[in-house]
Amino acid sequence: MNAAQVWARRLSGRSQSAKPPPPPRSGDLLTEHGPDAGPDASRGVILYLEDITVSFDGFKALNALTLYIDSGELRCIIGPNGAGKTTMMDVITGKTRPDAGSAWFGQTLDLLSLNEPEIARAGIGRKFQKPTVFGEHTVYENLQLAAAGDKSPWATLFKPLSGEQKDRIADVLDTIRLKDRVAARAGALSHGQKQWLEIGMLLMQGPQLLLVDEPVAGMTPQETERTAELLVSLAGTHSVVVVEHDMNFVRSIARKVTVLHEGSVLAEGTMDQVQNDRRVIEVYLGE
Amino acid sequence: MLALAVFLTPRVALADDAAFTAAAAQLANDDFATKEEAVRKVLELRHTGSKPLLAALLDGRVFVRSSDMHVFIATSGDADPLELIEPVTQKPAGTGKADEFSKITTNNRLRKTLRGAIASFDLGDADAGVRRAAVKELLRTLDDDTMALLRAQIGKEKDPHVRADIEQGLALQDLKNDDKKVRLAAVETLKNSLNPDAYNALVSIATPAADGTYSEPDQDVRSAADAAMRKIAKWRSFYAGLETLFFGLSLGSVLVLAAIGLAITFGVMGVINMAHGELMMLGAYCAYVMQLLMPNHIGASIIVAVPVAFVVSGLVGILIERGVVRWLYGRPLETLLATFGVSLVLQQVVRDIFSANNRPVETPQWMAGSMEINEAFSITYNRLYVVLFTLAVFFLIQIILKRTTLGLKVRAVSQNRPMARAMGVRAEWIDALTFGLGSGIAGVAGVALSQLTNVGPNLGQQYIVDSFMVVVFGGVGNLWGTLIGGMSLGVVNKLLEPYSGAVLAKIFVLVALILFIQRRPRGLFPQKGRAAEH
Amino acid sequence: MATTMTDSSYLGTFEQFLPRPLRGDRGGQVMLAVLVFTVTLVAVLNLAVPASSALHLSTYAVTLIGKYLTYALLAVAVDLVWGFCGILSLGHAAFFALGGYAMGMYLMRQIGTRGVYGNSILPDFMVFLNYKELPWFWHGFDMFWFAMLMVILVPGVLAFVFGWFAFRSRVTGVYLSIITQALTYALLLAFFRNDMGFGGNNGLTDFKDLLGMPLQKDGMRVTLMVASALALALGYLACRYIVTSRAGRVVEAVRDAESRTRFIGYSVESYKLWLFVFSAVLAGIAGALYVPQVGIINPSEFSPINSIEVVIWVAVGGRGVLYGAVAGAILVNYAKTVFTGVLPEFWLYALGALFVLVTLFLPKGVVGLLRTRKVEA
Repeated sequence: MNAAQVWARRLSGRSQSAKPPPPPRSGDLLTEHGPDAGPDASRGVILYLEDITVSFDGFKALNALTLYIDSGELRCIIGPNGAGKTTMMDVITGKTRPDAGSAWFGQTLDLLSLNEPEIARAGIGRKFQKPTVFGEHTVYENLQLAAAGDKSPWATLFKPLSGEQKDRIADVLDTIRLKDRVAARAGALSHGQKQWLEIGMLLMQGPQLLLVDEPVAGMTPQETERTAELLVSLAGTHSVVVVEHDMNFVRSIARKVTVLHEGSVLAEGTMDQVQNDRRVIEVYLGE
Repeated sequence: MLALAVFLTPRVALADDAAFTAAAAQLANDDFATKEEAVRKVLELRHTGSKPLLAALLDGRVFVRSSDMHVFIATSGDADPLELIEPVTQKPAGTGKADEFSKITTNNRLRKTLRGAIASFDLGDADAGVRRAAVKELLRTLDDDTMALLRAQIGKEKDPHVRADIEQGLALQDLKNDDKKVRLAAVETLKNSLNPDAYNALVSIATPAADGTYSEPDQDVRSAADAAMRKIAKWRSFYAGLETLFFGLSLGSVLVLAAIGLAITFGVMGVINMAHGELMMLGAYCAYVMQLLMPNHIGASIIVAVPVAFVVSGLVGILIERGVVRWLYGRPLETLLATFGVSLVLQQVVRDIFSANNRPVETPQWMAGSMEINEAFSITYNRLYVVLFTLAVFFLIQIILKRTTLGLKVRAVSQNRPMARAMGVRAEWIDALTFGLGSGIAGVAGVALSQLTNVGPNLGQQYIVDSFMVVVFGGVGNLWGTLIGGMSLGVVNKLLEPYSGAVLAKIFVLVALILFIQRRPRGLFPQKGRAAEH
Repeated sequence: MATTMTDSSYLGTFEQFLPRPLRGDRGGQVMLAVLVFTVTLVAVLNLAVPASSALHLSTYAVTLIGKYLTYALLAVAVDLVWGFCGILSLGHAAFFALGGYAMGMYLMRQIGTRGVYGNSILPDFMVFLNYKELPWFWHGFDMFWFAMLMVILVPGVLAFVFGWFAFRSRVTGVYLSIITQALTYALLLAFFRNDMGFGGNNGLTDFKDLLGMPLQKDGMRVTLMVASALALALGYLACRYIVTSRAGRVVEAVRDAESRTRFIGYSVESYKLWLFVFSAVLAGIAGALYVPQVGIINPSEFSPINSIEVVIWVAVGGRGVLYGAVAGAILVNYAKTVFTGVLPEFWLYALGALFVLVTLFLPKGVVGLLRTRKVEA
């Protein structure tokens, strides 16, 4: 496949196995296109992971992993335990440095050259499995705490929230559908509601890419359904990567599914395609 | 002349008992010159009874019976009736009413003569210690005779310490000799001495007076003295350093003892016990009470006090754990406050039982005194024993924790409580026993403290901040941290003291600790596995 | 906890006139009302009512109340960092004492030639110790404004330096508390030394007047009491402002989940530091008002037990609730005054028992008892 064909493929929105040429680098990253400037997703791809390899004491957690997330996409990552899903998220957020490979956020931000707080500021938000909302604060206060903006003691002491920030809180409350619980203590919420609140806190930062780790573990069926709706509604304006085990949930939200196995991509496609893929069946033993 | 004569005269036969008695009788004479004469005769005779008689005379225990002017020695100068001893035979000679006797008096000059005479006897004694004392005495009253006596002794003296003493003493005298060679030789001899007198003498030779003049006319002698002085100074500071180190170790071992119990309760249970100081105080009071109960066996009382204090403080500790601490599991700050309340109560209880004043605790005989390594460095026994005791306690605890079942269970509970319970370990009991163990050790520390400091209701307060410092510095993951932490803090404290005084030294240590915490917030040996705070 | 949402439909018309920090704070409103009422009453009963009347309040009572009020401010300062930020400071009395010493130094300089030795520059204890001149750090304390500046700066700077080192190294929990105790202990040792130039173990005393007015006069006493009440009220309002602001939310988040707060992007160390410094300054001001009322400042104010007592006042009253700290301070000190008058040997038993019982049975303090009656959101 020559370069033109590769580029044509990419522009049509299908990013498959062939490796495109590396995205153009610009001059001074931090001043022109620094983390605070956000990613440049003008080419339709928001996240490039190429040949990422991570080994821990000889064990390869990620093995030449190559993955592309399109802007506005809702992608599900599935795979058996130990496939490397969490490690992949660690690499993206800067918690773990890969031994080889490249990771780019948009066209211009080299994730491997930024540290964790910088990556967070650049627009990548991660929601961990366990909800860690502030139990003693109300829903409103939780969102208020998570609001983007000046977080110094001076600002929080003397400057009230701007109208824009207040609007944003209202918007997020709508999105996560906790408007009726706005004055409730977060600790009193149900498990599902806490997860939504946490997603809401993540949204307050205005991230372009959300990494969501097993969001529906421990939820009731109703909560699971609502979570699916929530995540789907987020796609488009945000890019969402969801790691999950619950296949029904994945089916209900996913357009595109990536199967990881032993540190690299085993298969990619729609849920049906993936479920009928012979290799996937082997690995999952008939799941 | 006198002493030389005595020395050179061979021992006379016992047939001279009569001469002895006659000389003794002469002591009864009122005239002091005659008494001196008598003393000389007694000395010359070298009778077996000579030294005891002269010693008794110095002591004021020689009496003459008014009826027959016979001279006796009494066992005690103040008793009535007097218990008498026959000077010639040294055998008891019955008793006599005090008013039938009159004491033979002495004056300063006579006493000086007596001391010199007795010392010259002692020069020939078998015990090296007695000889050394005799040499010291003779050096105090040097004249040509005694100098000759001592010089002669050098050749005969087998013990190197005694020989050195004599040489130094004579050298000090020789510094005043007219002959320059003699003075130089004296400086040479003194070069190896650690005696402060020697050092001072050399300093006064080498350094000029305020007006710039020197007491020593000869330049060679002055430079030799200067070199000798510097050499001695170097050795003295070396030994001073050793002494500081020893003091530091002894202070450190007190801190270690105080902190071990705290490290155990904090490390295993995450509990900061503010009553820890009071548990030490209880142990110190146990030592006091044991001495009250066994007034005639002070030496044994302190050994008995150790297990008693362990049990008493341990039981109080278990009470505290069962009554207060276990309800506050997982809330370290509340535990801190509640145990502080307990400490207040304990202090007041002790004040009510014993009084608010300090109680006197005696040092047993076997712990008193000191071991002199050399003239610049001596080790007091009580501190030495405390250091050894601390090491023994430390290793004993390590054995308990590492080799016994109890220790195994304690470690299991501290590392993974739910797992330990799942395996059948009764975690609540282990908590109580651990607390009891830590408290018991505090009690034992109190017994050691009773030997080094005042015992009063506030004893705990003095050491609690230091114990915390050791725990914070050493970390609670490993008892070695406590040992190293405590010893280092003690040594550093003592090192700073000469420069800054005890109080400022303490302040510096506290500040340094705050800075150290920057690097290692959990101490030298942090707790691994379970967090130190829940 | 009060929220920042002040939807006026929830408030009565009265509350609209209150400053924002007080809205929704029923307890605080009550406390301040009681404060104003009491202080006015005491002032009137002392100054306007003749001494022969049964209603007259002695100067002793005025001073006692003034003292309680300074303690209350100290308790508020401790509650601010402990109840709201989780920093259990076992050394706050050090800041109280430092403020007290600053005021004391001013008052000493005011004595001038009226001292025993009659030296216009050197206080008595310096003459006694053969000082030839005033130590450098005493200069400026003859001016009131300078002394007041020091009341704020000395505790503040010390808190800043200490906090900078402690918080930056992420020392938390019991380790932090122990270090604060060590701090006050070190200061205790230092100030006890006679050669430090602060009066040694006798401290500073025999004050004559403040700003030209004699300390002993009734009018002065009442003025000081009123000043203490004012300081308490203003301090309370300032603390309320902080805890009802967004910063207050952050501080509470730090208390509840420090790492999570840091993860969201807040500089936890900065928040702790500034809160600690502010609290230390409040404590210093309390100390500065305390000293002219009790007439002496000595190094025993630095004792660790003093700091721990303050904590128990807050615990008894109810921590995390600012008016609870006030209530606790007054309750416990009143009990202390009563006990030490009637059964002095018992006081320590009572205090010790108080520590144990409050932590075991009243984790939310007296105020918590009252509040459980109310319906929570």
